[in-house]
Amino acid sequence: MKSTKDIAALLDEPACEHNKKEKSGCAKPKPGASAGGCAFDGAQIALLPIADVAHIVHGPIACAGSSWDNRGTRSSGADLYRIGMTTDLTEQDIIMGRAEKRLFHAIKQAIDTYSPPAVFVYNTCVPALIGDDINAVCKAAQERWGVPVVPIDSAGFYGTKNLGNRIAGDAMVNHVIGTRDPDPLPLTVQRAEIIIHDVNLIGEYNIAGEFWHVLPLFDELGLRILCTLSGDARFREVQTMHKAEVNMMVCSKAMVNVARKLQQKYGTPWFEGSYYGITDTSQSLRDFARALNDPDLTERTEALILREETRIKKELEPWKARLKGKRVLLFTGGVKSWSVISALQDLGMVVVATGTKKSTEEDKARIRELMGEDTVMIDDGSPRALLKIVHDYKADILIAGGRNMYTALKAKVPFLDINQEREFGYEGYQGMLELVRQLALTIESPVWEAVRAPAPWKVSPGFL
Amino acid sequence: MADILKRNKALSVNPLKASQPIGGSLATLGFNRAMPMLHGSQGCTAFAKVFFVRHFREPIPLQSTAMDQGSSVMGADENVVEGIKTIAEKSRPALITILTTGLAETQGADVHRNVREFREANPEFADVAVVAVNTPDFTGSVETGFAATLTEIIRALVPDAKEAGTYPGKRKRQVNVLVNYMLTPGDLEALRDIFEQFQLRPVFVPDISDSLDGCLTDEDFSPVTIGGTLISEMATLGDALATVVIGPSLAKAAELLEQKTGVPTYNLDHLYGLKANDALMFALAEISGNDVPERIERQRAQLQDAMLDTHFMLGQLRIAIAADADLLNAFVEQVQEMGAEVVAAVTSCNVPLLPRIPVASIKIGDLEDMELIGKANKVQLVIGNSHAVDTAERLGTPILRAGFPLYDIIGGYQLTRIGYRGSRQTLFDLANLVINFSHEEIPVYRSIYGQKPASEISNYPPTCH
Repeated sequence: MKSTKDIAALLDEPACEHNKKEKSGCAKPKPGASAGGCAFDGAQIALLPIADVAHIVHGPIACAGSSWDNRGTRSSGADLYRIGMTTDLTEQDIIMGRAEKRLFHAIKQAIDTYSPPAVFVYNTCVPALIGDDINAVCKAAQERWGVPVVPIDSAGFYGTKNLGNRIAGDAMVNHVIGTRDPDPLPLTVQRAEIIIHDVNLIGEYNIAGEFWHVLPLFDELGLRILCTLSGDARFREVQTMHKAEVNMMVCSKAMVNVARKLQQKYGTPWFEGSYYGITDTSQSLRDFARALNDPDLTERTEALILREETRIKKELEPWKARLKGKRVLLFTGGVKSWSVISALQDLGMVVVATGTKKSTEEDKARIRELMGEDTVMIDDGSPRALLKIVHDYKADILIAGGRNMYTALKAKVPFLDINQEREFGYEGYQGMLELVRQLALTIESPVWEAVRAPAPWKVSPGFL
Repeated sequence: MADILKRNKALSVNPLKASQPIGGSLATLGFNRAMPMLHGSQGCTAFAKVFFVRHFREPIPLQSTAMDQGSSVMGADENVVEGIKTIAEKSRPALITILTTGLAETQGADVHRNVREFREANPEFADVAVVAVNTPDFTGSVETGFAATLTEIIRALVPDAKEAGTYPGKRKRQVNVLVNYMLTPGDLEALRDIFEQFQLRPVFVPDISDSLDGCLTDEDFSPVTIGGTLISEMATLGDALATVVIGPSLAKAAELLEQKTGVPTYNLDHLYGLKANDALMFALAEISGNDVPERIERQRAQLQDAMLDTHFMLGQLRIAIAADADLLNAFVEQVQEMGAEVVAAVTSCNVPLLPRIPVASIKIGDLEDMELIGKANKVQLVIGNSHAVDTAERLGTPILRAGFPLYDIIGGYQLTRIGYRGSRQTLFDLANLVINFSHEEIPVYRSIYGQKPASEISNYPPTCH
């Protein structure tokens, strides 16, 4: 089990603005009135997209049994991450102290059956409580079978999902990153006229394959992504992250500790950005050029941005007419509010209120900059509070995480899912087209009228 | 009869099992104005909630005692008491269930004492029923968690006949129906219809057809279940004519109910296939004193006709089934009625029913076990939940989706497979899967002496469809 000191150290994240507030980290959840996942949930979400690793959940069935086979994130090849693996601890294992032994053999079984390049072991509440030493088991297994076995000590009761993200990031920094140098650049992809730069993306999960909208632009510019932590990643890619010239933190502060520690250990500079919306996509590409300090790259980046923006703006024109002036209530979790706001404003939509529960003071300042001083910021994300704001501000649509989908639908309010479970990719210039299509699809749908109107015989008794 | 093959590997790969707290939550969600609360860390609840939301596509009331590092080590009594109080204050539900998790049980929680303490300290919430159940996830499955929770709810909410003055038959049309986890909202609606055709009034315990059936109401939001078995109705179970119990997993709950009320019990294993439904009609005819209605007799004849039509596709079909015991048993019996062979039977945990299931062997294991056994026995069709879709793909067979969770189809929660009509639909579905799946055709042979036009002899592969 992690000590309270370890947990406090993880919660103390100097690179996160939440830290500077009086109350650092997150408030203690209230029994009977809490929502949200646990540290294990967060750790698993953060690392499961590493597609060729055997992900073993060490615990009784509930942890893996209700959560395996996460289809949100996409892989371009390996699909071992979609095979659910757990030690499925029994009462006897726990009482008789056989859990460590079972884990040891489980690791062997995974290696024998699937020959993965590495095994990740996620610790959960029960083994943490009974004192299983998963670090020792992983170390012994690695020595015995010669395959990297990485302990991710992420018992649910340690804290929130966000803490779990950090535990996951920490495990990568401590056990994986820096254990292999990148492949030499193949001659076939080298171009005489340009310098190829190595970069990383941290916190990009390739939901619904959306990063594949953006990746071709990196190829065109001559930016080699050593690793996206962790969308469509492979173990061998994570190992090489220390060699990047610059790191980009995508959208969320979840794994900011990775960026900070890579800077500390290897001196890699990092910046924050997002690929949601035209403005932010262009800005992120510009930031790469700036951080890499390559004038030629800057020039080519500007040309690419001009070309792509012109193209996409023309394609968005007919949609903009349909969405212009529509009022949005934005309640996002992981994705930064300001990033989506700018995407919606690019479309001429009006964001009437936005959730800021997870936003930092800096985020809030940016939101005010984008939306004006008296913008409504929502901290209370309860279904009732959200619906009240939808009605009070006459919102045409609620954009939120999947958890709120049925809140909206049951109240007969149009809805767009923005979180990790979604089926559609919105990143990059091309993603904007999917976003407008999905927005128009729900806002303009004929079903709203059909479900809001009472049965005809309730209105005019003479109908029949 | 069946050989039980126990788990013999360290790692569970592609788990079939879902946890006891999931089953306990499901049972709770079948009561009106109810709220299950899992006693564990927040993730226990979050995962269960996502599980149900994906299956039912409905908002799911589910709370957590939110154990953290401190309470996991130092004791979480306060979390339970505070959690109950918070829910009672905020939503005033009719029923709160406290379902333990592996974490709480390992720690040594005593939730029954916690509930007593809450009761003593908060007499103002006397109208809120609170039931604690031990449902650790290191033992059992959805099936056992559901059954245990139903048992405890009956223990707490059904008064003893002597004290309450209830007696069997006081309500001349009422029949209590204890239903297991495998009956969908669609199944329950169909079952209600059958009971009503016998002029009987069924009281389903629990009744997810009234709470998780995807009904759009005028209310835009409710923190607790809308619909389900009324808690007040539990006091009337003792006045019913009879209790019909569906599912061997509910044996203990049924026994307790009979003990408390003296209402006679009719035990049915399931309602899949001809024989099982004949048993149901027999029971209902006996309870009601009415003949089997003509409409039902016609439906029976329709099922018989479908059996004839589909036996060509289903006879000798080699089937793999992965499901909790009650559901496994139901499918085994129905497909065997059709002459199909169950060549792989996999279930999630050991329960008393298993030896009774009429197959050679049952493996307690996961979907990897089904895959391996299925492959060895040249399986032709898989029956399992959405997780088994990939398994079926690797096995190169079609799949009939059944059980929990069904997240890759819309409307899985209301598939109706019970009664003569539902059984007929299952046969059609199975037969269509067989017909529409590429089956083995005799490869084309062209004689070297043939006179077919030269244009035909190009390298066209013979098409299947």
